Amino acid sequence: MSESNFNPRRRAIVGAAAAAATSPFWFNVARAQTTGPIKIGFPTPLTGAFSAEAQDQSRAAELAIREFNESGGFNGRKAELLVRDDKLNAGEAATRTLELIEKDKVDFVVGSLSAATQLSINAVCRDRKIIFNSISQSDAINEAKDWSLYTFHEALNPHLTAGAVARYAFPKFGKNVVYLTADYAYGHEMVRGFQRAGAPLGVKMLADIRHPIGAADYSAFLPRIQALKPDVLVLCNFGRDLVNSAKQATDFGLKATTKIITPVLLYTSRLAGGADAFDGILGGTSYYWGMEDTIPAAKAFNDKFRKAYGGAVPSDYGALGYAGVRSVLQAVREAKSTESLKVSIALRQLRYNWYKGEQFYRKCDHQSVQSVVIVESKSKNMKDKYDVFNTLAIEKPDERNLRSCDELGHKIST
Amino acid sequence: MGDITMQLLVVQLATGIALGAVYALLALGLSLIFGMLNVVNFAHGAFYMVGAFMGVYFLGLTGSFWLSLVLTPLAVGAVGLLIERFLVRPLYGRGIDYPLLLTFGLSYVLIEAMRTIFGIEGVPTSVPASLRGAVNLGFGMFPLYRLFLIGAAAAVILALYLFIEKTRYGLIIRAGSRDPEIVQVLGIDVARIWLLVFGLGTAIAGLSGVLAAPTRAVNPEMGIPVLAESFVVTVVGGMGSLPGAVVAGLLVGVVFSMTSLFAPDLAELSIFVLMAVVLLVRPQGFFGKTGAMG
Repeated sequence: MSESNFNPRRRAIVGAAAAAATSPFWFNVARAQTTGPIKIGFPTPLTGAFSAEAQDQSRAAELAIREFNESGGFNGRKAELLVRDDKLNAGEAATRTLELIEKDKVDFVVGSLSAATQLSINAVCRDRKIIFNSISQSDAINEAKDWSLYTFHEALNPHLTAGAVARYAFPKFGKNVVYLTADYAYGHEMVRGFQRAGAPLGVKMLADIRHPIGAADYSAFLPRIQALKPDVLVLCNFGRDLVNSAKQATDFGLKATTKIITPVLLYTSRLAGGADAFDGILGGTSYYWGMEDTIPAAKAFNDKFRKAYGGAVPSDYGALGYAGVRSVLQAVREAKSTESLKVSIALRQLRYNWYKGEQFYRKCDHQSVQSVVIVESKSKNMKDKYDVFNTLAIEKPDERNLRSCDELGHKIST
Repeated sequence: MGDITMQLLVVQLATGIALGAVYALLALGLSLIFGMLNVVNFAHGAFYMVGAFMGVYFLGLTGSFWLSLVLTPLAVGAVGLLIERFLVRPLYGRGIDYPLLLTFGLSYVLIEAMRTIFGIEGVPTSVPASLRGAVNLGFGMFPLYRLFLIGAAAAVILALYLFIEKTRYGLIIRAGSRDPEIVQVLGIDVARIWLLVFGLGTAIAGLSGVLAAPTRAVNPEMGIPVLAESFVVTVVGGMGSLPGAVVAGLLVGVVFSMTSLFAPDLAELSIFVLMAVVLLVRPQGFFGKTGAMG
């Protein structure tokens, strides 16, 4: 990075934050109110392709709100969640967020479930100095051009997720790799993540086959993959594309010779695709409820969720809704204020263990440094309908697995 | 691209034919309805989707894939009959755009209905145990279920051919499509023929859905891309032409498959390029009559 990328505005913000935190003469000039409920806006795609995940997000977020209120709130103030449907559309997300801030006067925004909507929500919040804690995967939101002091990222990012899966799978299953990649930002970011983590392991890319997003039939790509005889096939696609390609790769008998892995193996995709299609497929996730066997915080969180929602277990994205809201509310208590700057500083100091073990926000980009869970889908010995994965490994939180602050364009790392 | 062998080319061709078999079936239903009734059925993809859902439902109910293969087209065909009788029939003789808009809206109603009944996530299903696995065809391994798809499509196409060309009903259908007035004058109830044809077309769409379900994700939006592909096939083959639907279906499958091998990013585009070329060189398609849309 050249010196011309230096961002003076960035230094000004951090400087102001430091001044605000230390000066007794700092007055609350922002909109933050000191009475009435603490309002958290929650834009998420309640309708559209990811609606199952979105509803789980908002259910888990409600749980964090209830917990905060039952434990006394803050200065007698209770918290309140304002859920809005962003329809998985970046424009809609920006409009809903603007309404939440201008009309409903929310203090904070948590939410989103796509790389595109989170960037548009972030832009609206950033300009109005409202904290936004994103609970959806993205590499871009960590980069300096989209970042602000008010931008936090609770979810994993593609670089970290793909890297963790690569570090686990390549040494075990082999170094000759074929990628079947959805031809858009998500797929490309994931391939990059695998390749970066794979390079020191001596991984050889036999082919990177790009398919259009939303393709229904993958059979035409499979004979060539079969002929290449890779040790590992990486499905760098998401949601229904993953379900379709996993099913068809199974039909072609690929699993007999090749290990199939995918960067993000979602609980909900596995439920939609069925046990047979996903059997033996390995992937990464931010959370799987089965972690409760070894992680006490996961057990506590699952039990709360089960009690609130009739025995159901939280999904990966659901858990992020819980953590995203709980972090912000905890920071309010620590900061003894609902004012954006003070809460942002409290968040930066926060070390927390809400549901999956120790976490903290990296200082330079506010990325939550956290563990990545490696799971494998199973079709046998399932205890109940929720029991779909074996937890193979949990990669410990480690800043070195993220792209460096320098690479992201952040010049100040404190 | 040093990894292309003769063996791979043959497997790729077979994959294209299996793909084409589903295209051909879908286009057959679409062409049947257009050729006989002059209705451009924009709900065709939705009927395919409903077929996939019903197939999974009947499979769960009866535990037999074969039974669901019989029940599903009957059920989807029955829905088609109701829709023709009460929604499409009042629009005959009003120009081609009326039923087009009706079926376009209808597709949204059907998608929303499946969302309400089965949920937005879709339902899981997989290849029946007896058709699972891959078989060695001498030139390479090929999934058994895709072989079955080719066979099933061939059987349906043959049955439809025999029905239309060799039976009394088929004769009436052909006559009715050529000159409904004369057929009516001869004392035949044309309305009943049209009802039957619409039901038959939707039943074939439903059958395609239940056949495709084990290889694809079953969800309410699964019919949307399929509709576009079916139209490409009918346009290439000639609107309303049944042999055209079969030939073009197979051709589109093979073109898609071969492009996937050499330039995967262009695979989706390739079938539209094929359509554009055919429209330039032979606007009525392979077997189409000129001016069919007039």
